[in-house]
Amino acid sequence: MNTAPVYLDHAATTPMLPVAIEALTARLVEVGNANSLHASGRNARRVVEEARETIARALGCRPGDVVFTAGGTESDNLALKGIYWARRAEDPRRVRILSTAIEHHAVLDPLVWLGEAEGAQVELMPVDQQAHLRLDALREAVERDPASVALISVMWANNEVGTLQPIAEVVALAAEHGIPVHTDAVQAIGAVPVDFAASGVDALSLTGHKVGGPYGVGALIVRRDLQVSALVHGGGQERDIRSGTLDPPAIAGLAAAIEESVKNQDEHASRLRALRDDLVRRVVEVVPEAHLHGDPERRLPGNAHLGFPGCEGDSLLMLLDARGIECSTGSACSAGVPQPSHVLLAMGCDEEAARHSLRFSLGHTSTAADIDAVVEAIGPVVERARTAKAR
Amino acid sequence: MKVLAAMSGGVDSAVAAARAAEVGHDVTGIHLALSRNPKSYRTGARGCCTIEDSNDARRAADIIGIPFYVWDLSDRFHEDVVEDFMDEYAAGRTPNPCLRCNEKIKFAAVLDRGLALGFDAVATGHYAQLRTGADGLIEMHRAVDMGKDQSYVLGVLTQDQLAHSLFPLGDTTKPVVRLEAAERGLLVADKPDSHDICFVADGDNAGWLKEKLGDRNPNTGGDIVDSTTGDVLGQHDGTVGFTIGQRRGLRLGVPAADGKPRFVLDIEPVSGTVSVGPREGLRIDRIAGIKPRWCGTVPSVLDGPEVTVQLRAHGREHRANVRVVPADPSSGSASIGADRHDGPRVEIELLDPAEGIAPGQAAVIYDGTRVVGSATISATARSAELEQASA
Repeated sequence: MNTAPVYLDHAATTPMLPVAIEALTARLVEVGNANSLHASGRNARRVVEEARETIARALGCRPGDVVFTAGGTESDNLALKGIYWARRAEDPRRVRILSTAIEHHAVLDPLVWLGEAEGAQVELMPVDQQAHLRLDALREAVERDPASVALISVMWANNEVGTLQPIAEVVALAAEHGIPVHTDAVQAIGAVPVDFAASGVDALSLTGHKVGGPYGVGALIVRRDLQVSALVHGGGQERDIRSGTLDPPAIAGLAAAIEESVKNQDEHASRLRALRDDLVRRVVEVVPEAHLHGDPERRLPGNAHLGFPGCEGDSLLMLLDARGIECSTGSACSAGVPQPSHVLLAMGCDEEAARHSLRFSLGHTSTAADIDAVVEAIGPVVERARTAKAR
Repeated sequence: MKVLAAMSGGVDSAVAAARAAEVGHDVTGIHLALSRNPKSYRTGARGCCTIEDSNDARRAADIIGIPFYVWDLSDRFHEDVVEDFMDEYAAGRTPNPCLRCNEKIKFAAVLDRGLALGFDAVATGHYAQLRTGADGLIEMHRAVDMGKDQSYVLGVLTQDQLAHSLFPLGDTTKPVVRLEAAERGLLVADKPDSHDICFVADGDNAGWLKEKLGDRNPNTGGDIVDSTTGDVLGQHDGTVGFTIGQRRGLRLGVPAADGKPRFVLDIEPVSGTVSVGPREGLRIDRIAGIKPRWCGTVPSVLDGPEVTVQLRAHGREHRANVRVVPADPSSGSASIGADRHDGPRVEIELLDPAEGIAPGQAAVIYDGTRVVGSATISATARSAELEQASA
């Protein structure tokens, strides 16, 4: 097959936006360490600070709130560990971390580590069948002993099933007790409106490659007055909580991507929602047993997470891949071994149901022709995957 | 043909996949994830060797230029191979898990799924040759490289399985395969051969079994007795540590009366007794086999001059006469041994006696280089002639 693949895995990585490529490549030819004092250094610093200001304008924070990192996972680790350590140092009773059962591994695994190595008491709140955080459970957990809560971390939008989380309610609850809130907003930037100050969260993780920016660069937006302990020690380049020579080309690319995607967010979301709804409707027409997971309305506009009873997700993925259609069974796994999704399990699916799903995620390059290709392929693919499962 | 190449991460399966692709098959590489890991929300907890092997297989697929996936067969593998291995040892038998894996996993679960997904055959790096016989059936023959020949562990394959198998390395010697891997730029060209049992990481079968069997361990100690006098010669810490024919590790303080080394002659798991005696006691020339599997037409008598039986992996060939006894639920008793078995059986008369043959091992029957079939050894005995000769 020589045609370009039908790429429907934007939630894993979305292609770079032309403005981001331009911003990044324009800086690649320039020399300068942003911490050097000469003209080249000052120029590199200017690129970084302009990017910080651009991001601040786009996301409703102050430039000083933006801490550049190497991506979403580092941002999550810095927020969780850094805030936990600092809050516990202020008051040793603060050992509880409240989060949800549907977080990305970049949140769950640091939490497990904090529990095992740092004595944190991690409580993962349940979700309902559509993957909304159960606010009653969170309220109960907070009010049981508010003084012992170091922080609350709740993702803005779930990366697998796309459900938007009740961030405003979480923030209101936390504010009653002065507990800081972190949110992993990696999937949300550019897809739904995100305003840091208006949201009231204290820390927010984002990454470049999900918004049309480069890989390997991201940011933690964190209120300047919130104490955060450093995770990576060294030259103290970023507010002394993150060290390492900054990458001006990548940072310029990140800022350009965020600016562009936030500017176009509304129009982009409407377009994706229409394509996505079309995809879901037509797939269900062909495969009547197929069903959408997550909240049908309050979800990421490009996310179509579908269950195909009687099939294995990885068979479906392989058969679609062979036809040039690229999607995912959940979040990508490093070892390439399909595991039943912890998100679907938390939503009450049994292990069987947790293995029969596919995530199609649309993005800025998606077209109606992509949807046509899926609709054309899905019938025979599901039929074949069912035969394989029945063996 | 559409071919699934099972890629372990080793040099053989990589070259096999490359050859299958080179002759024009539409090849897809798959790595089988066989080790089980806890189904918690943490991923990537598999042993490092497995991830390394998976990565090696992936890189080989990249270089060959074929798609690559990991298939998780850990549940099937655990049920069909690991549990069986433990049950067999607990019953005092000596199983060969590689045969079991070929019978139940590689050429059953994988092949079935592959066929259902639209593939025509499974290719592996086993050293064996397939040819079409005069009767139109597929024949399996020993590999050209007798040192690497793996027809023994494939002796469980039926005609239907053979008809959907490819063994591209059967006509080549191992050194040539390594050279070819290097020429093809496969980075695994120098990777050491695997041996031992893949799920026993350190090769310590006895230690592994003691740890895993737990309550199923038939005993955790017992007597070591002289097979002729019945005198107790020492103690052991569990029969699962022993294999018939074993000489080392008996730790008997007293030397034998004749000053000759003693060997394990019999294992009785219920009483926990290990019988030892002189080497002559290991010699047998009658074998009863159960659960025969035939590569082609079911024979009745095999007594040609070229008929041989191989009793362990890389073991020698013994000239033999084989009689096939069809299933007879009314009879129920075998002519040798007390093992009651209603299914079809084979009775093997060895013309060259064998030593140290344990129930549970496979007897693979050859006519010349052609594999006729196999059976699981249920009992062994000595003919009157051999008894006289040994006395």
